[in-house]
Amino acid sequence: MTPTPEYRKTRVVIDAAQLDVLIANLRAQGYEVIGPTVADGAIVYAPLSGAGELPAGVTDVQGPGSYRLEKNGTALFAHVVGPHAWKRYLYPPEQLLFRSVRQGRNLRINEELELKRYAFLGVRPCDIAAIRIHDKVFADGEYADPGYSARRQAAFIVAVNCTRPAATCFCASMNTGPRARDGFDLALTEFSDRGAPEFLVEVGSARGSQTLAKLKHRPAGEDDLKRADALLAAAARSMSRSMPSGIADAIEDHLEDAYWDKIAGRCINCANCTMVCPTCFCTTVEDVTDLSGDIAERWRKWDSCFNIDFSYIHGGSVRREASSRFRQWMRHKLDTWHDQFATSGCVGCGRCITWCPVGIDITEEARTLTKG
Amino acid sequence: MNDPMIPAPFRVKRTRKELEDTFTLELAPIRNSRPFHFSAGQFNMLYVHGVGEVPISISGDPGDPSVLVHTTRSVGTVTDAMWKLKQGDTIGIRGPFGTSWPVVEAEGSDVVIVTGGIGLAPLRPAIYHIITNRKRYGNVVILYGARTPEDILYRREIERWRSRLDIDVEVTVDRATGHWAGNVGVVTKLVSRGGFDPSQTVAMVCGPEIMMRYCVQALNDQGVANDRIYVSMERNMKCAVGFCGHCQFGQAFVCKDGPVFRFDAIERDFYVREL
Repeated sequence: MTPTPEYRKTRVVIDAAQLDVLIANLRAQGYEVIGPTVADGAIVYAPLSGAGELPAGVTDVQGPGSYRLEKNGTALFAHVVGPHAWKRYLYPPEQLLFRSVRQGRNLRINEELELKRYAFLGVRPCDIAAIRIHDKVFADGEYADPGYSARRQAAFIVAVNCTRPAATCFCASMNTGPRARDGFDLALTEFSDRGAPEFLVEVGSARGSQTLAKLKHRPAGEDDLKRADALLAAAARSMSRSMPSGIADAIEDHLEDAYWDKIAGRCINCANCTMVCPTCFCTTVEDVTDLSGDIAERWRKWDSCFNIDFSYIHGGSVRREASSRFRQWMRHKLDTWHDQFATSGCVGCGRCITWCPVGIDITEEARTLTKG
Repeated sequence: MNDPMIPAPFRVKRTRKELEDTFTLELAPIRNSRPFHFSAGQFNMLYVHGVGEVPISISGDPGDPSVLVHTTRSVGTVTDAMWKLKQGDTIGIRGPFGTSWPVVEAEGSDVVIVTGGIGLAPLRPAIYHIITNRKRYGNVVILYGARTPEDILYRREIERWRSRLDIDVEVTVDRATGHWAGNVGVVTKLVSRGGFDPSQTVAMVCGPEIMMRYCVQALNDQGVANDRIYVSMERNMKCAVGFCGHCQFGQAFVCKDGPVFRFDAIERDFYVREL
């Protein structure tokens, strides 16, 4: 076993002003800094030029099919996760794969790789788990996606542990949060209960350590560590939702069951759950040409197993019934994902519950199946 | 890092009309003169400039990597455009992808090949391999079904195989026309003719799912166990490398865990509706 690097033992405290310095430092290192900010009544992940753009004093109130922002306190990270996930940057919704240029009867096919160095500020532990799942899909298998791999390798991750879960969160039952154990360069735990916010900082990499060195900080005391432990333990306890154990077996036991028709009667096949899910990775491709037809582009776009065309083969779609499509989504996410990638496809972020227009709650549905 | 989503340009060397709706392309790489190696049962993604990309199984001889052969039916926008390609045109190729027919595992065993319609195209490479290495196999039985005599794919080749005394070839049609003097009925019926030792047989089956379902049943009735039966599955595919999610069939990605599956590995999911 390799010994734990010295930086992993670092525990320091910074004040909120240092976040501005952190963003400036990361930008000076050539990173585009992406973090949470308020847009269109939701917290989204967008380019940040300073800590002033963080959603200070904004908290999100979430429930099945419901999402509201409220003003409350001074904390910078009193929100949890919104409709965006980091896949938007690591595996963009629309991506040019290649350009094909026709010259006479020849084709010149050129790869189009857009490589950006991102620093993600405010990555929640569930989303770190989601990124690691995408590593298995796009980087660690028999084939690797060079765009994903390059962006992922470059990405600097500043995690923020969750001291205030939303009502839709169930990461504790998925063992993905509310505290990030690794998979970050820096990890913050926000203290906002005693005046101006402060942050306990943990270090997960050498480059995280080097970046932290440029921030004004004080060593964390025993009370700081205890304070963080207590906040995160309370956060875990406060989660009202959980994924029942045995869900994968329950799905296998109910592959042909009237349950799927029942749930399909509520699901409106809008695909929202798959768009907001941080692990859903399905895509389709689109071909476009210029007016001459000589220059063609092939684009990869996010797709959803809820679309009827998704399973189209000559003769018709395989999954014609909404019940079959719902079953595919849920079986893949909670069951066959284990066979494919040795992990659940769910990280407990609760996005699919919040953004479902009819408020379908995956934990409730899973409970129905495990009980039946 | 090589991007598995980027096609390599191939030159159309020959095109051939096989049937009313079916054609064959013979291709050769342009950039590198490296021969194209593949295993029987694998497929490629074929890209037509500006139109799209489709998965097509390879139907040439794995022993002759100098030419890449694809037989396909014209059933959609991409395959329609593909049929319009002429000798000298360029097409994009990614591959080969996926699992292959168990031609090595089947050595020493009897081999039964059951297929219908265009399903012969993905199995032809296995047939070539078996004929080239005929001594390594026991009895070889090829059972082929088509809708009418006019729909028999690779007819002259089948007639050549049928003239051999070391292969048992039977052809059946759903509906006899013209001077048809052969079998009439579904291909699964031919399985009961036997001519193989069920406990020492490897069966390779390719066709629509409903046909494969009855073939498996007929083979089981003859005593061939599901772990000796191989089928080739079809699902929507956009990437062929496990990124796009479209081809999922239960826990399998048909693109990389298939298309050829040992039947016992997928037996349970095979019988679930709309999976």
